[in-house]
Amino acid sequence: MSTLLRITIVEARLFLREPTAAILGVLSPTIILLVLGAVPALREPSKEYDGARFVELWAPSALVLGIGVVALQHIPGVLATYREHGVLRRVSTTPVHPGTLLLAQLVVGLVACLVAGALVVVAAWLVLDVPLPRHPWTFLAAFGVGFGAVLSLGTLIAAVAPSSRVAGGLATLVYMVVMFAGGVFLPRFLMPDALVRMGDYTPPGVQALLTAWSDSPAVLATVGAETGSTRIVQLAIMAGVAIVAGAAAARLFRWE
Amino acid sequence: MAIIAVENLHKRYGHKVAVDDVSFAVEEGEIFGILGPNGAGKTTTVESVTGLRRPDRGSITVLGLDPRRDRAELRQRVGVQLQQSRLQDKITVSEALALYSSYYRHPADWRQLLERLGLADQRHTRYGKLSGGQQQRLSIALALVGSPTVAVLDELTTGLDPQARRDTWDLIEQVRASGVTIVLVTHFMDEAERLCDRLALIDAGRVAALDTPAGLIARAGREQRVRFTPSTPLDDALLSGLDEVTSVRRGGGQVIVTGTGDLLHALTSVLARNRIVAHDLRIEQASLDDAFVALTGRSYH
Repeated sequence: MSTLLRITIVEARLFLREPTAAILGVLSPTIILLVLGAVPALREPSKEYDGARFVELWAPSALVLGIGVVALQHIPGVLATYREHGVLRRVSTTPVHPGTLLLAQLVVGLVACLVAGALVVVAAWLVLDVPLPRHPWTFLAAFGVGFGAVLSLGTLIAAVAPSSRVAGGLATLVYMVVMFAGGVFLPRFLMPDALVRMGDYTPPGVQALLTAWSDSPAVLATVGAETGSTRIVQLAIMAGVAIVAGAAAARLFRWE
Repeated sequence: MAIIAVENLHKRYGHKVAVDDVSFAVEEGEIFGILGPNGAGKTTTVESVTGLRRPDRGSITVLGLDPRRDRAELRQRVGVQLQQSRLQDKITVSEALALYSSYYRHPADWRQLLERLGLADQRHTRYGKLSGGQQQRLSIALALVGSPTVAVLDELTTGLDPQARRDTWDLIEQVRASGVTIVLVTHFMDEAERLCDRLALIDAGRVAALDTPAGLIARAGREQRVRFTPSTPLDDALLSGLDEVTSVRRGGGQVIVTGTGDLLHALTSVLARNRIVAHDLRIEQASLDDAFVALTGRSYH
């Protein structure tokens, strides 16, 4: 078994022992979606949203919530703490590079997000009759680059923040922007148009997630349909943010 | 050949000179102490020796390797326990040992290490729930889990209670007995005196003295004083004729002998030859503290 795999397994166990991370990051998006779905007005087609259903419109925002908690709350906190407590320093005295520990942490974050996302999609499908993603590959790609972009930002914050407190503060700030632009706090169809369009290009890119998920005319009429080329631009921007922020994080990372 | 050779090591952080000029050599199988007050440059020295820092000047060889260039190989053969390096709070003792042992080519049996370090009952305990002494022992176990040739242990007993300190000292002696060369960094005089075969006394980034603990104390130039009650009347001339003895006095019904070198051995030999038993024998000796003052002209603390 490779060292990375061994470390990842141990880090995954540690993640599961952290009740806040496991519950907030992995389960809360699904729980919140189901709670909203329990309200009849939000579950049924509404004239206000051109006959679309609130839960269907908001479901991608639940994904944004999961990504945000894992990539901007959990990961930067863990990385900054590992540095502050000398966990990385300890590893650097062994034949293993401390970067392996960071990589393992990112893998754990990715898996946690995938599980959180799968739970949201399946719960929405089984309980709320939201159809499974209509363009599954595009959906996966949008989810992948979106997660990558937010995670890179979180890692970059952990890389340069002088302490875990500062990392926590900065990450929370970015988290708020991501949540707001992702329509977690305020449904996007209630936002001014300019803000909505800004949200299209703010990681993790909630619009690309929505249009890859649903092709119901009512949904698309509410949030605006997308041409193939806009979607490519959105995905390319997410991928670009992921690569640039990720490379900067790798380059600037303070090991102690 | 020396296992570790450090020559003219120099390291500064910005304008602050952490290590000015440090040279020493560590021989195979010894416990070599690096002793000095806080901020003397001890940690920077061992961080350079273990390849964690790049020195500004000077040369370092460890097991014939360059700590920076050959760091991969060095890490296989040198176990390091650094101060201020914790583990993940929720990792259990056995998880940590099993994981760290997988990092090495020829790991020690970590289950055996658990027993040896008295952590067998804590194997399922999380790091964050261990006592300070247990955390320290786990930290030593992790430094030994790769079956190293050399172990570098930094501030081993800081924050431990007296019993835990003594237990840790016994442990270090066991480790040395198993053939591991040990570099022990400490700011505790008693620890250095008790454990080390040789010591580099570091002050303000320089080696103030390099000797055995006894040698350093002897350099302090203070005489030893032995007091005892002889079992039968004793002729002072019997003692004052010895080379090691500088004076013999009497006080409070006791004989008080001052002298230098191996005074106690000389005294007990001559008493034994004359079938005299020394009751209530007390030795008052110069300590490393006195040596530090004598060698640097400053008080240690």
